[in-house]
Amino acid sequence: MADRYQSWGRYPAATQTASRIAWRSDPLPIGNAPARDYLPFGNGRSYGDSCLNDGGALLDMRGLDRFLGFDPATGILRCEAGILLAEIIDFALPQGWFPPVTPGTKFVTVGGAIANDVHGKNHHVAGTFGRHVRRLLLARSDGIRLWCSPAENAELFAATIGGLGLTGAILVAEITLKRVASPNLAVETIRYGSLDAFFALSSESDRDYEYTVAWVDCLARGKALGRGLFMRGNHAAPTTRERPAAPRRRLAVPIEMPVPVVNALSVRAFNATYWGKAAARRQAVQHYDPFFYPLDAIHGWNRIYGRKGFMQYQCVVPEAGGNEAMREILDRVAAAREGSFLTILKRFGDVPSPGLMSFPRPGLTITLDFPNRGVSTFALLDRLDDVVRTAGGAVYPAKDARMSGDSFRLYFPRWRTFARHIDPRFSSSFWRRVTAEAEVPS
Amino acid sequence: MRKALIVGATSAIAEHVARLFAADGDRLALLARDADRLAAIADDLRVRGAAQVETLVFDATAFDRHAALIDEAAERLGGLDTVVIAHGTLSDQLACQAAFETARRELDINFLSVVSLLTPIANRFEAARAGTIAVISSVAGDRGRQSNYVYGTAKAAVSTFLEGLRNRLHRAGVRVVTIKPGFVDTPMTAGMTKNALYAAPETVAVAIHRAVTKGADVVYAPWFWWPIMTIIKLIPEPVFKRLKL
Ligand SMILES: Cc1cc2nc3c(=O)[nH]c(=O)nc-3n(C[C@H](O)[C@H](O)[C@H](O)COP(=O)(O)OP(=O)(O)OC[C@H]3O[C@@H](n4cnc5c(N)ncnc54)[C@H](O)[C@@H]3O)c2cc1C
Ligand SMILES: NC(=O)c1ccc[n+]([C@@H]2O[C@H](COP(=O)([O-])OP(=O)(O)OC[C@H]3O[C@@H](n4cnc5c(N)ncnc54)[C@H](OP(=O)(O)O)[C@@H]3O)[C@@H](O)[C@H]2O)c1
Repeated sequence: MADRYQSWGRYPAATQTASRIAWRSDPLPIGNAPARDYLPFGNGRSYGDSCLNDGGALLDMRGLDRFLGFDPATGILRCEAGILLAEIIDFALPQGWFPPVTPGTKFVTVGGAIANDVHGKNHHVAGTFGRHVRRLLLARSDGIRLWCSPAENAELFAATIGGLGLTGAILVAEITLKRVASPNLAVETIRYGSLDAFFALSSESDRDYEYTVAWVDCLARGKALGRGLFMRGNHAAPTTRERPAAPRRRLAVPIEMPVPVVNALSVRAFNATYWGKAAARRQAVQHYDPFFYPLDAIHGWNRIYGRKGFMQYQCVVPEAGGNEAMREILDRVAAAREGSFLTILKRFGDVPSPGLMSFPRPGLTITLDFPNRGVSTFALLDRLDDVVRTAGGAVYPAKDARMSGDSFRLYFPRWRTFARHIDPRFSSSFWRRVTAEAEVPS
Repeated sequence: MRKALIVGATSAIAEHVARLFAADGDRLALLARDADRLAAIADDLRVRGAAQVETLVFDATAFDRHAALIDEAAERLGGLDTVVIAHGTLSDQLACQAAFETARRELDINFLSVVSLLTPIANRFEAARAGTIAVISSVAGDRGRQSNYVYGTAKAAVSTFLEGLRNRLHRAGVRVVTIKPGFVDTPMTAGMTKNALYAAPETVAVAIHRAVTKGADVVYAPWFWWPIMTIIKLIPEPVFKRLKL
């Protein structure tokens, strides 16, 4: 597939060579026909340029999709790093185990989940994916292989979790899965009318519900600013009588749309209808697939944004002052009339992230997406960065294609310490962009 | 539960067939030339549910070792009822044209090794009056083309050999399945530009698993290669020889 090697936002474009890694016993294909530099590539579910290496080479890790061992008593799984969470679920769920943390798509590799230290709807109880990694086997460009864990090569371990693929190629990981009683979730969806109502619901729910998240009507303004649907859920007991079926058929967007299907009109219609038609409070038992991965039901949905692709923007702001910052962000989005199709709001808990460069930190996190309209989109995102910088927050590299180097270095103050652990032959489009004007220690 | 021997077990297609066997809870003996790769696959198959996984290092052209390896595999599994043969190399046609030694080596790997393996296996299954043999041939054997006729020759020979073997073993209740994949996206085709005709190795593996389970004589994988090859075979030779294929 020629277009495999792009990011999920399909922006920016990058030209790079790629070699597929099929065997963990093989040396990394570095040296025989040397490229400028190398970057592991998982499954391209990052949105911006953190999984791209324009002008260099990619190491496609997806072929490393084997299990090494599984203990059904403890849930400890050893697997190669190119395996998808979807494959782990297919294998482990029938035995009563589930990924301890999962992002909003199951088509990510374990290596990608570690390199971005991903989070899910259970961040407030489980923390990030990296917290459930017991150890990992890292291959460096000089041929050395190192087991890294909190006890062994601990600094390299901390640099590799959230390390954006720059510290070497993860070949194997050992992770602890989570025991679940059934494939279903007991879910409650509550319609709420304002940002304050979100904060109240979040405080009330985070103690008793493992998964909490809100979908926000990004076009509501004034007193209704921040209104949306709050979803909270727990893994259901096996005894529930309802047996929701797994989705049977996957729809697909087979080709790129000539013009973005997402425009001001469709965003308005979608957001207004979705909020408007929702019941005030609804309880249901839901299969895990539509609960965790609603977007996975439409294969290739990123193509609806057309040729220029789209931008995601996810930031976190500290709890103190977070209320005002969120208000300001939503206000600036609504005022710009750029329209975010899906806007997600969640409170991160205070479980510490294990990575030097992990994005999640205590506070409020919001995710927005915008069709790439060029200058106006970039200008809006810069205005959002102003809010995040003032609030002392951060923007998520996994979803970024445009933050300035100054912003990045402010958001990730430990970047200098991190840089010392970067493999000298590894680099990425993202890393070159955010360190272009800085002096990088090596 | 099968007692299956997989030859060329490190092939991308074979590995996916083995995963389907593992999910069925089968006992498996894997033959391939790289011990590290074999070990990685064996661990994976055990996790995926195989009741037993044995590995044996094998070279396709070490003909004199084949019979002993088969005996060893059968002994470790406590019998043998299924064989899948998958190893192969996509020959460099120009190199084969330039030197007979290269062409001969390609024929050894892709054709003669199959004869060397299937001679003792066929006798074993015929005596037991049971068993299933599935071998990966190729659509490339259906017609000779300038771009890869040495490889095509080997695969045509494999297909013909299997046809005869099927005819012989039918009476004994032994099934012989010829698998003819089209283009498959595996390390074998790493250097080639992929188009819409390329199938994933998983897809071909599902077809092989189905053929082994339900029985079939000749299977094109994916199925659409059957009409394609039927038409290509119908092109008269005076026309075909002028085509640049
Ligand atoms: C619909 C959707 C929903 C999402 N929801 C969330 C969410 O809720 N929470 C969240 O945190 N993220 C979310 N994401 C982002 C996604 O989880 C991350 O971008 C993830 O890292 C993608 O994994 P991947 O395997 O596709 O890796 P890629 O995107 O291909 O690569 C990501 C990074 O991992 C590195 N990498 C990949 N494999 C290896 C390896 N073997 N060794 C070393 N480095 C490696 C790459 O170099 C790159 O830096 C979402 C994405 C989508 C498309
Ligand atoms: N890919 C296609 O488009 C395609 C199309 C039609 C038919 N086929 C056939 O499908 C079968 C499987 O191929 P694949 O596509 O899965 O390719 P693959 O992954 O490259 O597998 C080829 C296998 O053959 C093994 N092999 C090569 N030479 C050998 C030797 N001398 N001794 C022992 N083993 C040897 C290789 O072992 P190592 O791992 O040790 O290298 C490898 O396991 C082959 O018979 C091929 O001809 C493929």
